[in-house]
Amino acid sequence: MAMLEIKDLEVYYGMIQAIKGVSFEVKEGEVIALIGANGAGKTTILHTITGLLSPKKGSVIFEGKDITKVPAHKIVSMGMAHVPEGRRVFAQLSVYQNLKMGAYTRSDKNEIEESLQAVYKRFPRLEERKNQLAGTLSGGEQQMLAMGRALMSKPKIIVMDEPSMGLSPIFVNEIFDIIQKVSAGGTTVLLVEQNAKKALSIADRAYVLETGKIVQSGDAKVLMNDDSIRKAYLGE
Amino acid sequence: MSFLSYLINGISLGSVYAIIALGYTMVYGIAKMLNFAHGDVIMVGGYAAITMMMSLNANPFVAVLVAIVVCTVLGIVIEAVAYRPLRNAASPLAVLITAIGVSYLLQNVVLLIFGSSPKSFQSVVPVPDLKLADGALTITGETMVTILSSMVIMIVLTLFINKTKAGQAMLAVAEDKGAAQLMGININGTIALTFAIGSGLAAIAGVLLCSAYPSLSPYTGAMPGIKAFVAAVFGGIGSVPGAMIGGILLGIIEILGKAYISSQLADAIVFAVLIVVLLVKPTGLLGKQIQEKV
Repeated sequence: MAMLEIKDLEVYYGMIQAIKGVSFEVKEGEVIALIGANGAGKTTILHTITGLLSPKKGSVIFEGKDITKVPAHKIVSMGMAHVPEGRRVFAQLSVYQNLKMGAYTRSDKNEIEESLQAVYKRFPRLEERKNQLAGTLSGGEQQMLAMGRALMSKPKIIVMDEPSMGLSPIFVNEIFDIIQKVSAGGTTVLLVEQNAKKALSIADRAYVLETGKIVQSGDAKVLMNDDSIRKAYLGE
Repeated sequence: MSFLSYLINGISLGSVYAIIALGYTMVYGIAKMLNFAHGDVIMVGGYAAITMMMSLNANPFVAVLVAIVVCTVLGIVIEAVAYRPLRNAASPLAVLITAIGVSYLLQNVVLLIFGSSPKSFQSVVPVPDLKLADGALTITGETMVTILSSMVIMIVLTLFINKTKAGQAMLAVAEDKGAAQLMGININGTIALTFAIGSGLAAIAGVLLCSAYPSLSPYTGAMPGIKAFVAAVFGGIGSVPGAMIGGILLGIIEILGKAYISSQLADAIVFAVLIVVLLVKPTGLLGKQIQEKV
């Protein structure tokens, strides 16, 4: 059974239909990439999954439960974390406070401390800067913080929106390395990316989105060698 | 000696402004709205206390507690009924105008129930006056209790915001509602809590204000409400320490202005100071310059 199942999703912004009947699934342990151009509806889909938007039609099933109508703040404690586009770290709070905020839904102090140490181990730079205000970090460090913050909720699935956006090539590589490690650690990953090449290189499967519809899907390695994909998204 | 006495009175009045300003600034910081009905919640607190004491012969301590409960509930109800439905309104003016409407509604409901004639307020402070320097300097019990309570409130509130989960959630919501939701924070609950705290504080401010200036009418809250708003802007709206400093400075300026310049012009002086501060530092004394790396 799929861990996350999206069925016939239709989302509107006012009169404008952004998502026109999208269905896909994420199985436990997979890394799934959702690729597509600007405005294809990738972020809209993620926001609908994590409850920030509600769809007009269709449903979101997480571990067998229909979470379509569950408010965003309750979805976190079910085991789904969302790393939003543009990082959205709390700039006025310290790195440490940001990480603690990620564990907002958890109450066991020892377990939270364990997760904190695990995050520091994965992102040593965050530990070095734990007392610094998050707004003073570089873009790449903020991305790490956003990911660390999401991991603090001990998610079963982590949903990432454009983690490589606006980062230098070195950081892009580092972020994708980390995503692979997070996946290897047993967390399922749903990744939205404009950097299709990078996304396909670490994903198991991928879905290609075009103006609110899935136009292609399949094994990431196969898609990477597909002529139309190479032309449209890999710039070859 | 008279200067010292004016100064102490100024700090005392300023402490009341500070307590009210905290409500303005927290609500602004977290819900991004100006709650112009906040001043009238003070007045409702005064009426709740006076009713308890006069009609039900309650002891002043119980009366204050009841006033706090009444105002806390009132704050939560106002937010849920009048402001929450407009939170995503296209224009931020909608909720601002509603707040002004709520202000008039509260004034007129109280007017209907209690009438327009001012009621004399019996002080809730059982502390005797303190006479210093052979009676040359008198500090009233009300003054001492007001200053002391505002200090306690500020310390407790600061600890609450920085040390508790709910306080941290407030900071997160203040900064980014969407991201806060993604952390699992209930936005509506956090905003309701903010209104509850702000309104509870307003009740305390109302009782202290009426104890020091023992006259209560349906319009009692309006002027202190505006002054406290000025104090919040003066200190930097959205900033908790800013509200404290802004409030106390405003009280001192007002009392010294009354004593040494002109009692009629005192309010004008207060607002003139605000204008000057905003010209020099548009974000207020402790207001944050929003800076973000992209």
